[in-house]
Amino acid sequence: MSEKVLMKGNEALAEAAIRAGCRHFFGYPITPQTELAAYMAKRLPREGGLYLQAESEVAAINMVYGAAAAGARVMTSSSSPGISLKQEGISYMIGADLPALIVNVQRGGPGLGGIQPSQADYWQATRAVGHGDGHIIVLAPATVQEMADMAALAFELGDAYRTPVMILADGLLGQMMEPVVLPEPLNSADLPAKPWALTGHGNAREHNVVNSLFLVAQELEDSILERWQRYRAIQEKEQRAEKYLTEDAEYVIVAYGAVARIARSACNLARAEGIRAGLIRPISLWPYPVAALQETVANAKAYLVSEFSMGQMVDDVRLALAGSRPVNFFSHTGGIVQTPDELLVALRRLAAGESIDLVPYQSRLA
Amino acid sequence: MNQSSTLTEEAPAALFARPDTLTEAITNYCPGCSHGIIQRLVAEAIAELGVAAKTVGVCPVGCSVCAYDFYSVDMAQAAHGRAPAVATGLKRVYPENVVFTYQGDGDLASIGMAETVHAAARGERITVIFINNAIYGMTGGQMAPTSLPGQVTQTSPYGRDVALEGYPIRVCEMLSSLDGVALAERVSVDKPATVRKAKKAIRKAFEYQIAGLGFTIVEVVATCPTNWGLTPAAAFDWLRENMLPYYPLGVYKDSKAV
Repeated sequence: MSEKVLMKGNEALAEAAIRAGCRHFFGYPITPQTELAAYMAKRLPREGGLYLQAESEVAAINMVYGAAAAGARVMTSSSSPGISLKQEGISYMIGADLPALIVNVQRGGPGLGGIQPSQADYWQATRAVGHGDGHIIVLAPATVQEMADMAALAFELGDAYRTPVMILADGLLGQMMEPVVLPEPLNSADLPAKPWALTGHGNAREHNVVNSLFLVAQELEDSILERWQRYRAIQEKEQRAEKYLTEDAEYVIVAYGAVARIARSACNLARAEGIRAGLIRPISLWPYPVAALQETVANAKAYLVSEFSMGQMVDDVRLALAGSRPVNFFSHTGGIVQTPDELLVALRRLAAGESIDLVPYQSRLA
Repeated sequence: MNQSSTLTEEAPAALFARPDTLTEAITNYCPGCSHGIIQRLVAEAIAELGVAAKTVGVCPVGCSVCAYDFYSVDMAQAAHGRAPAVATGLKRVYPENVVFTYQGDGDLASIGMAETVHAAARGERITVIFINNAIYGMTGGQMAPTSLPGQVTQTSPYGRDVALEGYPIRVCEMLSSLDGVALAERVSVDKPATVRKAKKAIRKAFEYQIAGLGFTIVEVVATCPTNWGLTPAAAFDWLRENMLPYYPLGVYKDSKAV
């Protein structure tokens, strides 16, 4: 068992990725993911690996494409504007069924936005991570420990389902220090075989091709249908969520990532006042943990979604509940972080029978 | 190469056999296009050097987009312009492998210029086969970064106006200033003698890559009869009269010769 160490989220994720067998990292500098790349630049050469700073995010993701095509456990990390540039490559990786880890330490947008914590790329990650008929698995950590634990999980899921996987974090988690127990290093012999990889045919097999082009429409449809069968399996088996005090909860907050930590405190404050509040924290954002939400419906009177955005996850909550319960919303955006007290006030108002759909420009909760 | 040992009725096939680095697939290149020659020269070089077992090719968007069907070595299809980045990933995971890209002028010198220049600057140990035919072929004849001044294309219908659209890019000259480049040579395939020279250059590029000398690029000044609106023979005449003066053949960088 490893000892507890104090680390930044970005660094814990980087170290855990190395321990999960990642030896290739291609990146481009951007705040607030800098610590991750810097850690890789320092550590990977000493592990016989490679940190390569690309000329752009576009090049970096295509280097990831090449390394993934060669069968390596490979990753890149960036932040919101950089992820936009990587979208082309991510789409090609989806189309070519290439596994890799992409980390988005989100910052505010649109445009250059800001460098404060944000969750404004939820839509991009879960709905439009690249052009075409595809998805990637999206995981959302809420602690530094989870930043570390998700690295191996992301590689495992990526290899199992042959898909890119994104860890969708934010600047708060990336730069915060917490105690963390790092995973034990993986034995490289335990990594899964990739018979499809471009290693050179070695005169031992037919030539392998990594490709996303299908000029015959029927072939393209067939390839997409095959991929969507994997998506269906992912939706059935890989939904992840944490429930907190939901067993008897009448008012259920739905929040992920760093916001879930604030929501947890708000639940505790509300419980102390006799309001039966609970929390569902989606851990997988795609697939969305629909089942976990539906399991809480029986006792719930109303739901409250809170994010660092203008409400990008709120539609998924509404879809999961299918109109069975009212879905309320309170958020901050642009790098402003809501306080537990603000969420407590929102819970009080729900308990008083009000419905709320508030963003800061409409009304400060007081 | 597995050549027939008896020179009987099979003699012609045996004398000009398909290198086993090419599949039997029929290419999608237009009749009379230079791609068929160049693709074959690359396949011959790989076969003759005996490295097919550890060769990986990258074909990005353009007329060679389906080359993964034509070469029998491991192949990656790449996004438009990104072949040198994809090749970088492939090469860095297996540095002992031989990695090449096969790119057109729009791909390499327009949308992929950053990837090209930086792969060259890094001295990435890959071989870039650059087909310069001064036009976008696959999309039907638009102006390329290497289209000549005055050249009429679908998107320069009044001729390329350098005041409006700037000047063609001489890729070998530009890259030759970079320390990471081991070989930059411009060749043509317009007649048997230049085909032989082109073959030598391509082979040398692979040899330099295998020796770990750095980035290697062979620019092949080529024809696009279909989009130039010329017969194959007239296209080669046009190439000699118009392209070769602007894009002189020769060795622009040879780290071994220095």
